[in-house]
Amino acid sequence: MHRYFKPVVFLACLVPLGRLAWRGLHAGLGANPIEFITHSTGDWTLTFLLVTLSITPLRKLTRQYWLISFRRMLGLFAFFYGILHLTTYVWLDKFFDVHEMLHDIAKRRFITAGMTAFALMIPLALTSTKWSIRKLGKRWQILHRLIYFSAAAGVIHYIWLVKADLKKPLEYAFVLGMLLMYRVIAWAIDRRASPNRVVEPRRQIAIQ
Amino acid sequence: MLIKKAEDIRSSEITPKSLYLNRRKFLAEAAMAGAAAAIGVGLKETISPSTSVLAGNKIDGVKKSSLSTTETVTPYNDVTHYNNYYEFGTEKDEPAEMAKNFRTRPWKVKIEGQVEKKQELDIDTILKMAPPEERIYRHRCVEGWSIVVPWVGFSLSELIKRVNPTSKARYVEFTSLFDLTRMPGQRRQVLDWPYVEGLRMDEAMNPLALLCFGMYGEELPNQDGAPLRIVLPWKYGFKSSKAIVRIRFVEKQPLNSWNISAPMEYGFYANVNPNVDHPRWSQAKERRLGEFLKRPTLMFNGYGDQVASLYNGMDLKKNY
Repeated sequence: MHRYFKPVVFLACLVPLGRLAWRGLHAGLGANPIEFITHSTGDWTLTFLLVTLSITPLRKLTRQYWLISFRRMLGLFAFFYGILHLTTYVWLDKFFDVHEMLHDIAKRRFITAGMTAFALMIPLALTSTKWSIRKLGKRWQILHRLIYFSAAAGVIHYIWLVKADLKKPLEYAFVLGMLLMYRVIAWAIDRRASPNRVVEPRRQIAIQ
Repeated sequence: MLIKKAEDIRSSEITPKSLYLNRRKFLAEAAMAGAAAAIGVGLKETISPSTSVLAGNKIDGVKKSSLSTTETVTPYNDVTHYNNYYEFGTEKDEPAEMAKNFRTRPWKVKIEGQVEKKQELDIDTILKMAPPEERIYRHRCVEGWSIVVPWVGFSLSELIKRVNPTSKARYVEFTSLFDLTRMPGQRRQVLDWPYVEGLRMDEAMNPLALLCFGMYGEELPNQDGAPLRIVLPWKYGFKSSKAIVRIRFVEKQPLNSWNISAPMEYGFYANVNPNVDHPRWSQAKERRLGEFLKRPTLMFNGYGDQVASLYNGMDLKKNY
């Protein structure tokens, strides 16, 4: 892998933010700028979650195992756009009205789902360091399966907020469904190939 | 009349404009120049400026109306490039583009149901029924945003009076155009086409209910419901049918499209009401396009003096 590859991908991940900023400075956010920013950051959060989830299938199916080195960065960008999305809601939409926000979280199911999706990303971002991976060992992998639930909650958040046209949220749902399906199939194949597999790794750890 | 005018000028210059200027500073968004530039896509705008549909044709002899608000009018470009009109796409900026070549002539409106004489009226006959008035109304979308629009039209009652409904007519139903070739959004079943809406007779006869064919002193742009629509400022925007081809007088309460689509969320009455939330979001506040902070939503969108009596004794939580 070329050594410039990673910085290039990093900068590419910042393009959606740059685009928002550019539009903001050039009156390009339409008649309802706050809504535009909300939708844009929300879209990119979901997109980055799905891209992160596609790394494993992609590297296994294409045997391009180096792809793994991008997974953490992409996951953290999902978190980054999630923070922007949440900040837009807290600051620009609700203008720090805590009472109203708590009311929203309790009463509006699409907000509840969105908050859940975000909350589930927090432990993942916090344990994304090499130190955490080493420290948590096998439990790290189990913990990071939370991303499935975060992405699912994110898609449900989108489905629950649209009025009538479900096309876009269902596109996300379809992609997520495919990515999760891959894991179920991979797991089933794996299990059939070596039924004792669940026991074995534990023994290995014990031996180590 | 003169006194009224003086009042108008004064109050419109006090608060709203300074609010407006503040948020402009905040978002660094030249919204006034937005009348020329805020097409929604900055880049697109620089490459091909003014792809916008300019209705262009000025309407002559428009009278001012005492029913107008003195609030700051929303810029033309915002009103024409941010609206819901699912017949031309479900995104807010789609109608402007997709309705660009929509033909509004020839256009006939069928008058049917409980009337003395069923007939088909030509649009140009309807437009001459009464002198055009400018009505500057607040317009509140069920989604939580609002605009102030200088509509042009006359009271719907002017048309109703002329077509003589019978005593059996208790409701009036509005049907919008159904044409898959001219309204590409109808190729997708996001709603049950054609779009239908309805009013109780006394609501329809209320002077505020506007039969509308223009805005900003010009003919209605295609994306805003040309050639003929209604405007009901005390109700959520979806009640205000666009591109009307049939007006039917009926005995029973008609169905309305959004109610068919999601009965728990959109009722028949759909009066603007800050105390009755949409099941999925609050209706207590709204974002006026062009303003940064949300403002409180007013009961009946601030038209309670004119319309509250229509709903005396009704439970507005049930009749949402």
